[in-house]
Parts: sequence; structure tokens; C-alpha cells
Amino acid sequence: MERTIYAYRRENGKYGIRNHVVILPLDDLSNAAAEGVAKLIQGTLALPHPYGRLQFGADLELFFRTLIGTGSNPNVAAVVVIGIEPNWTNRVVEGIAATKKPVEGFAIEGHGDLKTIERASRAAKEFVHWASELKREPVRLFDPTFSTKCGESDTTSGLASNPAIGVVTDRLVQMGGTMLFGETSEVTGGEHVLARRVATPELREKFLKVHRDYVKFIEDQGVDLFGSQPTQGNIAGGLTTIEEKAMGNIQKAGTSPVVGVLEPAEAPAGPGLHFMDTSSAAAECVTLFGAAGSVLHLFTTGQGNIIGHPIVPVIKISANPKTVATMSEHIDVDISGVLRREMTLSQAGDRIMGMMVRTANGRLTAAEVLGHREFVLTKLYRSA
Amino acid sequence: MTHKFLVHAKEDDVGVAVENIRAGEVAEGVCLEDESTVTVKASQDIPLGHKIALTSLAEGAAVKEYGELIGKAVATIKPGEHVHVHNLKSARW
Repeated sequence: MERTIYAYRRENGKYGIRNHVVILPLDDLSNAAAEGVAKLIQGTLALPHPYGRLQFGADLELFFRTLIGTGSNPNVAAVVVIGIEPNWTNRVVEGIAATKKPVEGFAIEGHGDLKTIERASRAAKEFVHWASELKREPVRLFDPTFSTKCGESDTTSGLASNPAIGVVTDRLVQMGGTMLFGETSEVTGGEHVLARRVATPELREKFLKVHRDYVKFIEDQGVDLFGSQPTQGNIAGGLTTIEEKAMGNIQKAGTSPVVGVLEPAEAPAGPGLHFMDTSSAAAECVTLFGAAGSVLHLFTTGQGNIIGHPIVPVIKISANPKTVATMSEHIDVDISGVLRREMTLSQAGDRIMGMMVRTANGRLTAAEVLGHREFVLTKLYRSA
Repeated sequence: MTHKFLVHAKEDDVGVAVENIRAGEVAEGVCLEDESTVTVKASQDIPLGHKIALTSLAEGAAVKEYGELIGKAVATIKPGEHVHVHNLKSARW
């Protein structure tokens, strides 16, 4: 199989497979100006979002980590940051500038939207000229960072598409690659199985604590997740309990040791398989992986989750014969042959890796072509 | 294909339909752990992706899939019956 891809080498030595010039609003108030710039300057992409005001504590830290991480992602060539005021705007600019990529910030107060749009557009235009001349270079398939998560899962996910991702995870990790997975609520019932795979006793305790804290957080709300987890789509697809869903979910992690237990949006320190504390909601989870440096996401679905992300291509994989027929425009890789036993998991892994190579080399995914740009920040609690 | 359902592990109490199975049908399944086959007569319709009981389970009994506990029976379940939210509940919430 082809194991060479053509990628963009960024100033910090990381590899990206897309070459976006991002217009990043600091806060909800700055979405209009950011979108104004993106309308004027072709080849740019605005990332509007609803937060960034009066957040505090761990929630504010996660907010900055997510915005800075997204701007720092190797799929991004250059960034224009627009915020209502200069202080927090500069904090994001300086965070992204640590990667040495081109970044400029603009504050709206004292100027207004229209003057800000003009100033930011001039910077964005120069960035687009510059980025459009960058060249891809050959690198090994496992050089970039990847991530995986499933959505609208059903029993076909646990039987076929998730274990096929497990095959890919094991192969990439053996080659020296980096894979991120997460979904804290969705390891419930399989946490003991995963815990056995965590590399050291200290990390194992950290992993189990992340899960315990999460369960306590749910209990402290005086509720349980029945009716939310599994989702109504999961149940329609035949999944009955969280334990069953978890056992299917964790197949994506293959058999490799878990060498990292990461905070939400925390970048991994080295190669290998890393667990990140994330929501199981698709867009929140992929946004956190993107902020941690994932440049390509492997997303398995049973009933047909259609998520995409603005800067991280999301490859959609399904083994459900009904879904690949009724929602074919969303599915990049059909491995329903595994259920018919016409395709082995190893062959399914080959097919997924073939699509990873093509996507890395520039093929647009179904989610990219259909305009799915879900950018959803995880918020830990309400703002001040 | 001759199989209508797949079974993750040898000790599992349930199989997963990979085609719609009709009530009254004698369905063949394959265990992924050792490639052995198992047949069971479906007493109810089992839609694609849903579970069919392979063993008799008393109310309150632990139910296994993937060789792991996936919940407990909240009604008596006989081989060939549809196993889902009406007769299987999480032990967690």
C-alpha cells in the first residue's frame, strides 16, 4: 500500500494536509467582522463561534487552549485574529505565533467593524498570496497526527467499522504514528477493559480518575444519562445499554497501549495512542482533537452522523448496509462487506488507509464537499 | 451469505442481526471468536442491527456481549427473542 503522502511542512516542523488561511474571531461579537473579511478575501475561512466573553477559571483556560490550538493546527497556513478588545486578542495572537506561522490580530474597539474589516482584509490578502505559493512535500503517512471518534453508532459500529479503525490505529502506532481518541461518557462499561491497556500505573489512575470525575459530575446534576446515552439514534440502530455502546466504541483503540491521558484540547507530547477527556458529541470532540493538532479525523457511523469540521477533514466510514445506501453522499468508505463476511477487518483497514492517503493528498471528503464546518467549543460551565 | 447474525464472543448471550430476521425463521449465526456456527429459531422479528437471544435468561440475570457484561435482563428472555430496551437495562444508569 502507498505509504507516502504529500503534506505542508509548517514552521514548527509539524505536517498539515490542508492550507487554510483562517479568520479567527476571539468572541461572539467579532463574528460579523471575521465573516466580513472572509466574504471579501477569497481563499480565507472564518470560524464563527458563540463564546469568548466573561468566561473564567478552567473554562477560560480551555477556551484559550482551543482557539490557540485551532490557529496553531498544521492544516492552517496563517491566521488573522479579530477580537472586540486588544488584550485577549493579543493573547490568542501570541499563542499562535509560538508556532512561527504568520498571524496578525485586530481589535474592533476604537475603530468599528468597517475599518477593522478593511485593515484585517489587507493582512488576510497578503497571507492568501503567500499561502497559495506553498508547496506540498512527500512525507510518511504516519508523520501527521490523526484522531478518531464514532457517531450515531449502532451495532454495526461495534461489529465492523470500529474494529476496522482499531486495525488502522494499531498499524499507525506500530509505524510510529500518533492517534487521539476520547469520548469520556462513552467508555462507561468498558473502562476496566481500556484501563488494562494504559501504559503505566500512574497513567491508569489518571485515566480512571478522569472517568470517575465525569460520572460524579453527572451524579451531581441529580440525573443520569438514560435517554441521552445511548442516543435515540443508537437505540433505533439496536444498541441497548451504555455498556454495549462502550464495548463497541473502544474497539477503535485497537490493541495498542494508551501512552497518554490528555486534558481537553491538550496536544500529545509524543507519538502513540492517546486518550483525551472529551464530550461524546461529535462536533465538540472533533473540535478538541483539531485544537490538539489532529489534521485528519476518522469518523465511523452506523445510523449516519454527517459531521464535518472547518479545518480538519473528516473521513466518514460506515459498515451499515442501509446507511451506505440511503446516505451515500455522506460516506467516504463503505465497509459493509465485513458484515457479509466478504471483507476481512484487515482488508477494511486497507480500504480506510487508502482513503487516508487520498484525503491527505488533497481529495475532499464528503463532509468538506457538502460544506459541513461544525466548529463547536466545549464549555465547562456558564460565564460570569 | 448464509449467516443472518454474528456473535462477538463464545460466552455471549446475544447475537447481532446483520440482516432482518423474521419471526419463525431458523437463523444461522457465526461466532467471530472461533468461526463456529450456531442456529436459533427466531420467535420475533429481529431488525438489522438488533440483538437475538441465544440463551435463556432469568429476570435480573447478567447479560453478556463481547464476552463482557452489557446490562441485566429486566424480564425473562428465551432463546430466539428480540433483546432490546424492553427487556435489557444498563447496570450503570
